[in-house]
Amino acid sequence: MRVASPVKTQIHLREHFPPPPHQTKFSSSLKPPQTASASATAKPFPPNGRRILPSTAGLMDIDPDDVFRDDEDDAENDPLQERQSSKELVVFLVDASPKMFNITCPGEDRENASHFHVAVSCVAQSIKIQIINRPYDEIAICFFNTREKKNLQDLNGVYVFNVAEREHLDSLTARFIKEFDRVEESFSKVIGSEYGIIPGSRDNSLYNALWVAQALLRKGSAKTAEKRILLLTNEDDPFGSIKGVTKLDMTRTTLQRAKDAQDLGITIELLPLSSPNEEFNVSLFYADLIGLDGDELAQFMPLAGERFEDMNKQLRKRMFKKRRVRRISFMIAGGLSIELNTYALIRPTVPAKVTWLDSVTNLPLKAERSLICADTGAIVKDPIKRFQTYKNEDITFTIDELSEIKRVSTGNLRLLGFKPLSCLKDYHNLKPPLFVCPSDEEVMGSTCIFIALHRSMIRLKRFAVAFYGSSSRPQLVGLIAQEEIIDSGGQIEPPGMHMIYLPYSDDIRPIEELHADNSGVPSATDDQIQKAAALVKRVDLKDFSVCQFSNPVLQSHYALVQAMALDEDEMPEIVDETLPDEEGMARPGIAKALEEFKICVYGENYDEEDEKAAHAKAGKKRKQFTEEAVNKGAYYDWGKLADDGKLKDLTVQELKYYLTANKLTVAGKKEALISRILTHMGK
Amino acid sequence: MARNKEGLVLLIDVSPSMHSVLPEIQKVCSLLIQKKLVYSKYDEVGVVVFGTEDTKNDLTKEVGGYEHITVLQPIKVVDGDLVDVVQQLPRGTVPGDFMDAIVVGIDLLIKKFQETIKGKKRICLITNAMYRIKDPYEGTKEDQVYTLAEQMALHGMKLDCIIYRGNEKRDPHENNVIEENDMLLSIFSKKTEAKAVHVESSTSLLGALRTRNVTPVTTYRGDLEISSTFKIKVWVYKKTAEERFPTLKKYSDKAPSTDKFATHEIKLDYEYKSVQDPSKVVPPEQRIKGYRYGPQVIPISSAELEAVKFRPEKSVKLLGFTNASNIMRHYYMKDVNIFIADPGNKKATIAVSALARAMKEMNKVAILRCVWRQGQANVVIGVLTPNVSDKDNIADSFYFNVLPFAEDVREFQFPSFSNLPASLQLNAEQQEAADKLVMMLDLALAGKEESLRPEFTPNPVLERFYHHLELKSKHPDAAVPPLDESLKRITEPDPEVTSKNKLVIDEFRRHFELKENPKLKKSTRRLLRDKTSGSYENQSTDLVASTSEVKIETFGDLNPVSDFEAIISRRDSPEWVSKAIFGMKNKILDLVENSFEGDNYPKALECLIALRRGCVIEQEPKQFNNFLSHIYRFCQETNLLNFCEFLASKDVTFITKSEAEDSEIEEQDARSLFVKPELKS
Repeated sequence: MRVASPVKTQIHLREHFPPPPHQTKFSSSLKPPQTASASATAKPFPPNGRRILPSTAGLMDIDPDDVFRDDEDDAENDPLQERQSSKELVVFLVDASPKMFNITCPGEDRENASHFHVAVSCVAQSIKIQIINRPYDEIAICFFNTREKKNLQDLNGVYVFNVAEREHLDSLTARFIKEFDRVEESFSKVIGSEYGIIPGSRDNSLYNALWVAQALLRKGSAKTAEKRILLLTNEDDPFGSIKGVTKLDMTRTTLQRAKDAQDLGITIELLPLSSPNEEFNVSLFYADLIGLDGDELAQFMPLAGERFEDMNKQLRKRMFKKRRVRRISFMIAGGLSIELNTYALIRPTVPAKVTWLDSVTNLPLKAERSLICADTGAIVKDPIKRFQTYKNEDITFTIDELSEIKRVSTGNLRLLGFKPLSCLKDYHNLKPPLFVCPSDEEVMGSTCIFIALHRSMIRLKRFAVAFYGSSSRPQLVGLIAQEEIIDSGGQIEPPGMHMIYLPYSDDIRPIEELHADNSGVPSATDDQIQKAAALVKRVDLKDFSVCQFSNPVLQSHYALVQAMALDEDEMPEIVDETLPDEEGMARPGIAKALEEFKICVYGENYDEEDEKAAHAKAGKKRKQFTEEAVNKGAYYDWGKLADDGKLKDLTVQELKYYLTANKLTVAGKKEALISRILTHMGK
Repeated sequence: MARNKEGLVLLIDVSPSMHSVLPEIQKVCSLLIQKKLVYSKYDEVGVVVFGTEDTKNDLTKEVGGYEHITVLQPIKVVDGDLVDVVQQLPRGTVPGDFMDAIVVGIDLLIKKFQETIKGKKRICLITNAMYRIKDPYEGTKEDQVYTLAEQMALHGMKLDCIIYRGNEKRDPHENNVIEENDMLLSIFSKKTEAKAVHVESSTSLLGALRTRNVTPVTTYRGDLEISSTFKIKVWVYKKTAEERFPTLKKYSDKAPSTDKFATHEIKLDYEYKSVQDPSKVVPPEQRIKGYRYGPQVIPISSAELEAVKFRPEKSVKLLGFTNASNIMRHYYMKDVNIFIADPGNKKATIAVSALARAMKEMNKVAILRCVWRQGQANVVIGVLTPNVSDKDNIADSFYFNVLPFAEDVREFQFPSFSNLPASLQLNAEQQEAADKLVMMLDLALAGKEESLRPEFTPNPVLERFYHHLELKSKHPDAAVPPLDESLKRITEPDPEVTSKNKLVIDEFRRHFELKENPKLKKSTRRLLRDKTSGSYENQSTDLVASTSEVKIETFGDLNPVSDFEAIISRRDSPEWVSKAIFGMKNKILDLVENSFEGDNYPKALECLIALRRGCVIEQEPKQFNNFLSHIYRFCQETNLLNFCEFLASKDVTFITKSEAEDSEIEEQDARSLFVKPELKS
C-alpha cells in the first residue's frame, strides 16, 4: 500500500540547504547551531564594531565550546584533561580556478551548482556558525588562481578577501559575513578566475597561496592558538599541465613550502571536491603535501557525494575541529583497562548569555558579587563551609568533605556487566549521552579491544552497564554500541558507543500507579486498535530524521541580534518549522482515517457532550464558591476595617471573600489584594 | 506545607531468617527518615517489628493475640530519635506473622489519624514472608485478607510490600508456604492501593524502598492534538527526575557563638559597575541587555526583544508517526515525561489505549511538538513511545522523550571500524573471546533477579551523604564513612561474578595485547598520579607497569641509585628514560611512606638527588619539579611534614631554567616550595 506522507514534504530538506545568497535575506537564513556561553562578565568590549586587541582576546577567552563540554565535569580537577589551546586561527584557501566553475553537481531546486559555489557557500555557513560559537577565532579567506591579486606579499594569483576596518586575519564581524555572502555576485568582476599554473611560466599560485596563508598565520604564538589552513580544491594534480624538470622543481618547492608551514605548527587540511566521473586522487600530489602515508592514506576519505547538499554536509563536518570532552580509562575486567575518548555530540543549545551594558555609554558592565553575612552584615570572603539544617542544627561540611562524599569510585569507567537491550527502557534517561570511541594514544591496543566488544555487543544485542565515576557526578551508565551508518551524505552515525546516564530508583516515579483503578480501566477493542493503526499508517513521516528542525527560538534570537548588528531596519521573518502540516492532515485519505478513528472511540456527538459537562461542572463549583464567599464576607465590616487600617490583619483567605463577592480578581500578593479592595471601595 | 503530610508505619520482619539483611533494612529505613527530616519534616512515622520474643502492642491488650509484635515507636512526627530507633532494630527470635503485623499497623494508623489525611496513610512491610501465617478464627485466610484490604481501601491506606528472598535453596515445604504467602499478599493489590516488590540482593533491597516522597505534579493538562479536529485529553507528568544532591547553604561563622538565633546564612548581592570607573555603581534601570555577536556586543532593549520574541501557544500537537528504528536511543535528551489519559475521561483512556497498542504492534513512534505552558518561550520536539500496561487496573500510557534540534547536534567525522589497517584487525579467536565475555558477564541471568536494575538501584552518593549527615549530627568531626559493601556492588564489579568467570576473563586478556605508547612521555606522570591518588585499586597502572617492567632490572632495595643510573643511561630504546624516572619516583614514595621515624629519609634523599641529577641530564625538569611538588603535597596530606623539613634542610630545590631550558621555574623561585610552611608557622 502506498502511503502518503504529506507532513514529510513540508519539513524535509530544509536543514542542509544553504540559502542562495542573492535571493534570501542574510538574517533569515542564519542557522546558528551553537551558542557561545562566552563570559557574561567578560572584560571591556567596545560596542558597535570596534575591534578588540588580540592580546586581550586571549586572556578573556573562555572556551566557547563550553556548551558542548559535559557541563557537570570540572576540567580543572581532571589531570587527564589536556588543556587545549582554545583559540583558532584559520585561513580558508579556496581554489578559484576555472575548473572550480566548470565542474558542477546537481543541486536542490536549482539546476547545477559549481564546485566553487559549493565551496563558497560552505565557508559562508561555517563562518556564520563560528561567529556565534567561537567568537574569538580569527579567520582569513583567500582565493587562489585568481586574475587579480591582493595580498601583502604582492604575489600573483592570490586574493585575500576582506572588508574595511578589519585585518586580513581577524575575528569575524557582521559586516565581513554579510559581504562574503555576496562575494559570488561580483566575483568575476572584482576578483576573477584564472589558472595560475600554466606551462611556460614559472608562476605557481598554489605555492603563493601557501606562502600568503603562512604569512597571515605568523600572528600569535603557536602555544596559545591552533593554526589551520583549510584548502578547498577540486584539482588533484595541480602541476599536471607542466612537464619535465620544471614540474619536479615546482612540486618540490611547493611541498617544501607546505612542510615549512607545518614545522611552524600549522596544520594543513585538505577538503577535496570530486565529481562522479572524476574522483579526486589524493595520492597524485596532496598526500605528500598534507603528510599522509600508509594507513592514513587508506583511511582518507575523498568526498563521495554527488549531490550538492551531500557535499555541503561533508565539508561542514570536516571544517570543525573535533573536540573531545576528555580521555578516560575503561576498566574492563581482571586488570584490563583501555583508553577512551569521550565526545559531547548532542547538547542543548540555548541563546547566548546576556552581557549587561550601560545604556548611556553602551559599555559593558562588570558584575560584582559580594557575600554578606546575614547575621552581622559583614562582607564574607568565599566561605569554605556549607551547611544543611538537620534536626534543628546546622551541620557543616567542608568543600573537601563534600567532594570526598562524591568520590565513590575512581574517575574511570568501570564495567559491571552486560544486559540484553530489552532491559533498557524508554524511561531510563536523564541527560544527553556522551559518545565514546577508543584511542591508542596512550595505551596501544585499546582500539582492538573496543572493536571486539563493540561487535559482540551488536551481534548479541546487549548493552554494557558501567559505573562512570566522574568527580562531580558519579553515575550508573549504559553503553550502547552504535554501528556506523553511511549514506550518500557521508557518515550519519559514527561507530562507537553512547553512554546513557541511567536513573536511580528514587529518580523514577511510579506515575502509572498513581491513577490505578481497582474496578479496572477500560482498554481499546480490537476494532478501535485497527482504526488507530490505519491512522498511524496514514500519517507517516517516512524520511523523518532526528534534528531536522531548527530551533525557532534560537533562529529568531540570532536573527534579531544579527539585524541589530548590521543596523537593518527590517526584522526578519522566522518560519517555525516545528508546526504540524495542517494542509497535509486535511487530505481526504488522512481526514477519513482520522474521522473513523474518532467516531470509533468517541461516538458521534462527543465534542458537545464533553464541553457541556466540563462547563456545567466548573460553573457549579464556581457558583458554590461565590455563594460561600458572599455569606462569609458578610460577617466582616469591610468599611470599618479599611478605615482603621486593619485589613492587613486579615488572612489572604479572608480578603478573598470580599474580592470574590465583588467579582474582583483574587490573584497577587497580600498587599495587592488590600490595595485592590481599597480601590474598589473608593478609598 | 503540612498539607501533604504523610502518615507511615514501617512493619519490619525481624525473625531469625531476616537477620542477615537487617543491617540493610536499618540503613534504608534511616535514610527514609533522614530524608523526611530534611524535606518533609511534618510527616509522621511509627515503627513496628515482628518476630520478637516480646509482645508490645495495643491490640494484644484489647483483644488478645497478636503475640511477638512490638511497637517500637508509636506514630509521631519525625525526629532524630526515630533515626536511632530504626538504626537499632532488635533481633527477633521467633518466626513472625506478617498478617498480624499488618493488622497492628492498620490499628495504629486508624487510632492516630481516624478519617484524616486520606490517601496519605501508608504501611510499608519489609519481610521475607517465609513462615506460614496463623489461621484466622473464622473463615479462610483469603477471606481475612479481603476484609483487611477493604478496610484499608475504606480508610485510604496504601500498602507497600518489599519481599526479600536471597537466592538460597529451599525445600518444597518452604516453597509451598512462600507460594501461599505471595498469593495472599497479591490479594491486597486487587482491593486497595498496594504494591509488592520482590528483591533478591541486599543492593536492590536498598533501592526497593522509595525513600523520598515527591507529590507528583502535572507538567501539562490539556489536549493532545492529533489534528485540529481530533483531540485527546491527556495529563503529562515527569516519569524520571533526578534527585539532586541537596543544595547546601554557604556557612558564615561571623556571628558570635553566643548568638543562639544566628542563621549563619550568607546573602548574595550583585552590583554592576562601569569598567572605566569601578567606584560607580550602575542602577538597574540604566542597564541594557547586550548580546555577543563575534567581537561585538549588541545592545538590545527589552522593548525590541519583546517585539520579536518567539511566543508559541500552549499546545501539544502531533506531527506524525514514524518507524521506531528511525529514532535512535542516544537522541533522548532529557529526563522523561509520561502521557496518561485524563483519569476521569473514559473515552480519552480508550483513545490512548488504542493508539498505544496500534503503535506497539506496528513498531511505530509519534513525533510531537509541545508547548507545556502559556507564555513558555520555547518549543520542544520529542518522541512518544507506547507503554502498554499488562495490569487490569493500570491504563495504557506513553513515554515522551525530548529530541534535539539541528542546532543541538555536533556532527563530527569518526574513523570507520571497517577499513582499519591490518594491525588493528581482529582475528576469529579474539572475537570469540569477546563474545564469551559479553555473554558471561551477565547481569540479567534467566531465573534470577536482574542486577542493577535502575528501579532498584539506590544512589550511592546520596546514601553516603545522608549517612555522613547523621554521623555529623552526633559527632561534628565525624569522617566521611566508607562506602558499604551493598553500595559497592553499584560502583565496582561483583567479585562473585568476576571470580565465577575468571576463565573467560583470563582468556579475553590472553587474546589482546596492551602496551604503553612509547612515544608518550607524559603518561608517566599520569600513571604515577593514579598510583598515589588514593586507596582504589589501580589496575590500569599495574597492567601497563607489569607488561613493561618484565625486561627492566627492577629497583633493588639495596642500591636503587645505581639501578636508576644504569636504566636511565640505557640507549637501546627511548623508553628507558621515562621508565627509570617512573620507577624511581615510586621507589622514593615507597621509602617515604614506609619510613619509621624517618629512618628511610636519608636513603630517600639520596634517591631524590639522583633523580634530580638524572632529570637535569635528560632535560626532563618537569618530571622532577612536578614530582617534588607532588611529594611535598603528599607529605602534607599524610602528616609526614618532617620529611619536607628534612628536604628543606638538605636544600633540595626545583630544577630551574638555567639548569634545564624547559623548566618553568625561575632561579629565585627554586626554593619557593619550602617557603610556605615557614610563613604559616
